[in-house]
Amino acid sequence: MKSKSMSGERGALCFENVIIMRNGKPLIALDAAIEPGEVLTVMGPSGSGKSTLLNFAAGFLPPAFRAEGKVTIGDEEITRLPPHDRHMGLLFQDPLLFPHMSVEGNLLFAVPESVSGRKRRREHVEAALAEVELDGFGPRDPATLSGGQKARVALMRVLLAEPRALLLDEPFSKLDPELRAQVRRLVFDKARERGLATLLVTHDPADAESAGGVLLKTDGSVST
Amino acid sequence: MLKFAPALTIAILIGPVTAGIIGTLLPAFGYLPALGGREVSLEPFRALFATPGIATSIRLSIVNGLAAAVGAFSIVIAFTAAFEGTRTFALMQRLLSPLLSVPHAAAAFGLAFVIAPSGFVLRLLSPWATGFERPPDLLILNDPGGIAMTAGLIAKEAPFLFLMVLAALPQSQSRESRQVATTLGYRRVAGWLLTVFPRIYPQIRLPVFAVIAYSVSVVDVAMILGPTTPAPLAVRLTQWMSHPDLSLRFQASAGAIVQLGLAIAAIGLWIAGEQIVAFAGGRWIRAGRRTAADGLVSGLGAGAMALIVTGMALGGMAIGLWSFAGFWPFPDALPAKLSAANWAMALPRAADTIAITVGLGLASAFIAVALALACLENECRRDIAIEHRKLALLYLPLVVPQIAFLFGLQILLLLIGLDATVYGVAGAHLTFVLPYVFLALSDPWRAVDPRYARIATAIGARPSRVFWRIRLPLALRAVATASALGFAVSIAQYLPTVLIGAGRVETVTTEAVALASGGNRRLIAIHACLQMLLPFAGFLMAGAVANFAFRDRRALRIAS
Repeated sequence: MKSKSMSGERGALCFENVIIMRNGKPLIALDAAIEPGEVLTVMGPSGSGKSTLLNFAAGFLPPAFRAEGKVTIGDEEITRLPPHDRHMGLLFQDPLLFPHMSVEGNLLFAVPESVSGRKRRREHVEAALAEVELDGFGPRDPATLSGGQKARVALMRVLLAEPRALLLDEPFSKLDPELRAQVRRLVFDKARERGLATLLVTHDPADAESAGGVLLKTDGSVST
Repeated sequence: MLKFAPALTIAILIGPVTAGIIGTLLPAFGYLPALGGREVSLEPFRALFATPGIATSIRLSIVNGLAAAVGAFSIVIAFTAAFEGTRTFALMQRLLSPLLSVPHAAAAFGLAFVIAPSGFVLRLLSPWATGFERPPDLLILNDPGGIAMTAGLIAKEAPFLFLMVLAALPQSQSRESRQVATTLGYRRVAGWLLTVFPRIYPQIRLPVFAVIAYSVSVVDVAMILGPTTPAPLAVRLTQWMSHPDLSLRFQASAGAIVQLGLAIAAIGLWIAGEQIVAFAGGRWIRAGRRTAADGLVSGLGAGAMALIVTGMALGGMAIGLWSFAGFWPFPDALPAKLSAANWAMALPRAADTIAITVGLGLASAFIAVALALACLENECRRDIAIEHRKLALLYLPLVVPQIAFLFGLQILLLLIGLDATVYGVAGAHLTFVLPYVFLALSDPWRAVDPRYARIATAIGARPSRVFWRIRLPLALRAVATASALGFAVSIAQYLPTVLIGAGRVETVTTEAVALASGGNRRLIAIHACLQMLLPFAGFLMAGAVANFAFRDRRALRIAS
């Protein structure tokens, strides 16, 4: 077992011979390495199992599925860790801000325990809000935010938790077209800034284009 | 810890029922060494069937009980078929929901105050229309045919079944089905019965069985509205069981087994009826007949529902008036004087009773909610769903007549020294509170988007933190409502309180029913009022807690 302090390390996100099966039949396979700051896009229609891939990496594989192979970060196999110790940054289609907490509450929930002291934790949150031009939004009810504001808070919530890699499940598909481009650029910039390996699943070719990196299609073709 | 929650829950649901039935069976066949019964025999049954009027008692149980269940069911289905999706339907939904928290006994008292010879209706009509200067000598209440009792049961069970139908409707694509049927030329009632009803019925079947079992073996409503010479079987059994002459317990136990048989027979008859209806329905579908006496069905359905709502509303009013009434001679429609004197006199004496009632309600609701949450959380963590068949277990304590296993349970608790204690009574209440709490909590719990928990976990929150900080707060409104429901169910319990408490644990419900034969209307009204007010206060508190917690959270403000 690696020590706790080691588990925060970033590094390449590798899928080694991962095959996911539903009721015994192969659904999707992935064998790829994503370097820090790089994006790998998996594109395919709904039902192709691309979200299941993310669920497997994050530790939420439903019981109807079985998986072979492993996922590693750096040289640690994360698929052997319980989900809450994997530190994967997960973004869904919806921002899913916790509706019972304020914006600040949502972000404080994400700040790691190692950041101690109320004041320091607050400062982290304020800095994060300032980073996405939401200064002073802390006390707001998430339900009163616009779609773009919610998306930015959701992104900062993920980043504040100091993830080791990002898993993006079509996170832009519900945004308006102009907003989509903006949020998309923001997410990829932040990921690159922080040197996070990112796995993006989508059915939108524009997402893949904007992401830049390698594009895998669930029908098997590859392009760069 | 968490993984034992389902087993513990199932034990609480099944344990008392099976242990209780065994504890009833033994004395029913003459075996109860503590009371001198050492030989297995049929003597208790012989004694039972030798009791005068026993055939009438049995008839009253099964015929009137079934009639009440059929009546309530038909009214609800007719009304829903005719009005689903209309404004009338939405209005009825709002009017009937609060009635669910009214205990059976309080509803029965309300009805009694309305239809009695000196009741509200005749006061309103006298003397100008009827010519009565004094209450007519009519046996309206406690009529030997049990009509008043049946009406009281229908008035209380129809709202229950209506809410069960409401819960089932969203999963039945009712609007689309109705529209398709309409475009094919089917009238409203016919279209609903042929396309929506078959999808609703499987979901309300267990609640219907619970209504049948309850109506066939009812005690509290029967003691207030039912015939007395002879009374329905369950009432007589309860009297024997509480009788100082302990030897009567043998025939009481035999009677409880007969009561169990009656409930099984009644449900069996209902199932036979299901077959007939299914057969007739199949023929109807194949024949393509487009109407179903639409006007008649909607008229009867609406009329009956309106009657129930007005009857219950008038009953509530009459209870309120009597509790404050000074001198109120017949045929005056209103009391000559209203004062708080009745309350001022009764409340200090009732203080202990109220405290015990509230304590039992809070304890059983709290334990039930904690268990239900533990089961549901366990389900979440293991990513499993409780199978439908296990869900049927929830209904076990509701489908087996209370009297059939409470007798045995009382004897068992006597052996371990927990009889006549508040702990024993709280445990008995829990068995009946748990199913309702679980049913009320499970749907809203499962409706919470599972991705919230995933995000929290991905952020690094451990399972316990995800529960306390995410899942529980998100379900807070449902948890509060389920707690209030559990509290209300506990307050309404009559038979478990009387039998397990051996008459020494008094709640507002047992007090109210005990006062029924005495005829002190003001005191009865005060207790019936308390019976209604306590659950109402519980629901009010539940709403207030959720509204306060979410005062600045728009997404969670409106009740889900």
